[in-house]
Amino acid sequence: MKIALPVDEKNIDTTVCPSFGRAPYFLIYDTESNDYLFYDNQAASSQGGAGIKAAQSLLDNQVSFLLTPRCGENAAQVLNTGGVKLYKTISESAMENINAFNDGKLLLLNEIHPGFHRRGGAGSI
Amino acid sequence: MKIAVLSGKGGTGKTLVAVNLAAVAGQALYLDCDVEEPNGHLFFKPTDVKVKDTVIKIPSVDDGLCTGCRICVDFCQFNALAYIIDHLQIFDQICHSCGGCALLCPEKAIVEKNKIIGHIEAGISGKVSVRSGFLNTGEASGVPIIRDLLDSVDLDQQKLVFIDCPPGSACIVMESIRDVDYCLLVAEPTIFGVHNLNLVYNLVKLFNKPFGVILNKCLAGEENPAEKFCLEKKIPILGRIAFDAELGTINSDADIAARVSKKYQEQFTSLLTKVLMEAENEAVISS
Repeated sequence: MKIALPVDEKNIDTTVCPSFGRAPYFLIYDTESNDYLFYDNQAASSQGGAGIKAAQSLLDNQVSFLLTPRCGENAAQVLNTGGVKLYKTISESAMENINAFNDGKLLLLNEIHPGFHRRGGAGSI
Repeated sequence: MKIAVLSGKGGTGKTLVAVNLAAVAGQALYLDCDVEEPNGHLFFKPTDVKVKDTVIKIPSVDDGLCTGCRICVDFCQFNALAYIIDHLQIFDQICHSCGGCALLCPEKAIVEKNKIIGHIEAGISGKVSVRSGFLNTGEASGVPIIRDLLDSVDLDQQKLVFIDCPPGSACIVMESIRDVDYCLLVAEPTIFGVHNLNLVYNLVKLFNKPFGVILNKCLAGEENPAEKFCLEKKIPILGRIAFDAELGTINSDADIAARVSKKYQEQFTSLLTKVLMEAENEAVISS
């Protein structure tokens, strides 16, 4: 089964990125083979709807679980509909979270924030 | 003469200035383009109010026709579409109604449907014609409402129009000032205020609009960073409004200072004269 994490760097010692939709990279980790790969998050520079696009990319990569510090409601809707389960990360290190997940120590993410949609309010784009 | 009143941040006094200038102008049109939180009507309390809905187009998919090619998903610059397990999901509130998805769909599986995103209200208060736009909570963009508002009356037939803009320097502000003759920037005397004044200053320069500044919340004997900014950039300062408890009280009571206080009636009348003189001079220079 594949798990995904939003990460800051393209190496296995990376930290987890606090943003899901606008994380620079995603780490996909296969819990059976222990293989992993990184890919650039094309949604990071989106004008809007970054969470939706990032979530779509996880579905396209056949991910079953997402480990993330937080997630917006639109992204969560795409992931839930697509059958991806969301778990809340407990520390900064990506690998620590993967190990914790494998040990069954992570809890489901149940706080979904309403999003930080940049839609041209005061002082933004 | 169409005059936009704008500022880089909320709470600097845009509505105070726009409402009071319109109130002392005699016959005038006041347009509240701050559609996310219009409040000019609270002061004008217009009567004979007529309401008209603002409608936009939102895509809707026929699952029977959709083949999952995802051309629409890849096209959407706002990522308002996602293809999830054999079904196209549309996020209405992110859609900017460009119509591109319906246009590009090779199966004609996407049709556009009407959606009400807000309304405009038109009424009268004394000699001032008051029109305000209202965006429904949660909608992505107020631009269609501002367009409806600006198109709802022939602005060139009006003697004097005051456009109360949304705060900031984003699309909705650009839409509000696009066709105006003059921009009035309202600034407050804080570092934060100067930062935001700089944003709108750059915006009006980009739009090649003649402009001037009104310094609000001025404190006697205190340094005014916004004034310093204007002097440095050689921006004309058209007026100063004191940080005054009386004015604050009048505002809190939702009264129009120029209508209830002789002092403010005089101050805004002289401010209007100054603004019109400046705006007309600039119009002559630029024409």
